[in-house]
Amino acid sequence: MALQEAPSGYWVILASFFAAYVLAVLPLAPWLAWLRPEWLLLVLTYWAIALPQRVGLVTAAVTGLLMDVLEGAVLGQNLLALSLVALLARLLYQRMRVFSLAQQALTVFLLAGLHQLVCQWIQNIEGAGAASFLFLLPAVTSALVWPPVLLVLRGARRYYRVQ
Amino acid sequence: MTLVALAVAGLLVADLRYNRLDGSRAVLDTLLAPVFWVAGIPGAIGAWQDTHIRSRQTLLEDTAHLRRENLVLKGRLQQLASLQDDNARLRSLLNSTALLRDDVLVAEVVGVAPDPVRHQLILDKGRDADVYPGQPLIDANGLMGQVLEVSRFHARVLLITDATHSVPVQVNRNGVRAVAEGTGSLDRLEIHHVAATTDIQEGDLLVTSGLGQRFPIGYPVATVTAIERDPGQAFARITARPTAALDRVRHVLLVFARDDNGADG
Repeated sequence: MALQEAPSGYWVILASFFAAYVLAVLPLAPWLAWLRPEWLLLVLTYWAIALPQRVGLVTAAVTGLLMDVLEGAVLGQNLLALSLVALLARLLYQRMRVFSLAQQALTVFLLAGLHQLVCQWIQNIEGAGAASFLFLLPAVTSALVWPPVLLVLRGARRYYRVQ
Repeated sequence: MTLVALAVAGLLVADLRYNRLDGSRAVLDTLLAPVFWVAGIPGAIGAWQDTHIRSRQTLLEDTAHLRRENLVLKGRLQQLASLQDDNARLRSLLNSTALLRDDVLVAEVVGVAPDPVRHQLILDKGRDADVYPGQPLIDANGLMGQVLEVSRFHARVLLITDATHSVPVQVNRNGVRAVAEGTGSLDRLEIHHVAATTDIQEGDLLVTSGLGQRFPIGYPVATVTAIERDPGQAFARITARPTAALDRVRHVLLVFARDDNGADG
């Protein structure tokens, strides 16, 4: 349970989001591009579970909007998808905390899959949809990289006493 | 909740349907420039290694190779000068607009759009270097695309293979006009609505036709790779491969196209 203490460690949260953006736009070989995990979604999910009183829908909307600009997507695409993810994370956070790592990874897989489907839906409206189901691959890779992301972010949160 | 949903829907419509948000997008893009700077560090280290950590032998070979290439290119250029004069004279005889040499600006690719279905590049030149939306982009082998958005330090470029991009072309051999559309695959363009009886062959070079006023005339775009003429269809199915190395180049050229009056075209 969160204690009634003054919030601290804003910069750790900001730094983690910045790192997520950098990883999200890091140039990759074309065949790897389909496998890129949804870094922003992972970081957002972690903070939404660990600090639900601080990171929620507003953070999701703002970070999603910035992601839209970075990706060159329609403004609102990632905003909508990430807001849905944050909403679900908010509903699920108490369960997520007691889940085993594998169960958490499965939940992340579902969240990332939902994110990809929403993004794909909006891209299809725009006329830039993917031709195959490859666009669902990031859901798998996101689930696979969830454990290390969790360890790193939890370590950072405890070390810098983010609350 | 309903309010939020309405706001998101409004945002989507404003951007998608009316392109009303380009200004705010440019501001946010400028704010996010540090992300691209940091993301470019690994590439920059690779490039630094390429230039600084090389054996003397490789450098000597490179120099020799470049010298030979330079000689060949210079030789061709001699002819070009007289051909250009010829062309200008003929054009003035025909009373048509003279072709001027286009000015170019060398830019470096610092990022690619993370989403593989979007064929966009991020360049390291922006408003500060007078880059403007709609500006054509070429590499050593042909047309690459056009500038989509310009922020202070970066420009976002849409490649000709993006599924939302089309470019007016003509067959270099006989001047048949067509429109080459992107497919979302980096090595394929499709040419739609060309009658099945049109004289177009495999291996034909497609160059920009200058129609549409966006791209200057005469830059190579693609070579025709396959033609399928089905008697049951009104149009031939034609696919072409872009001549530019869309997924490999690091340095590209932004073209400042000018028309006869010296104004930006």
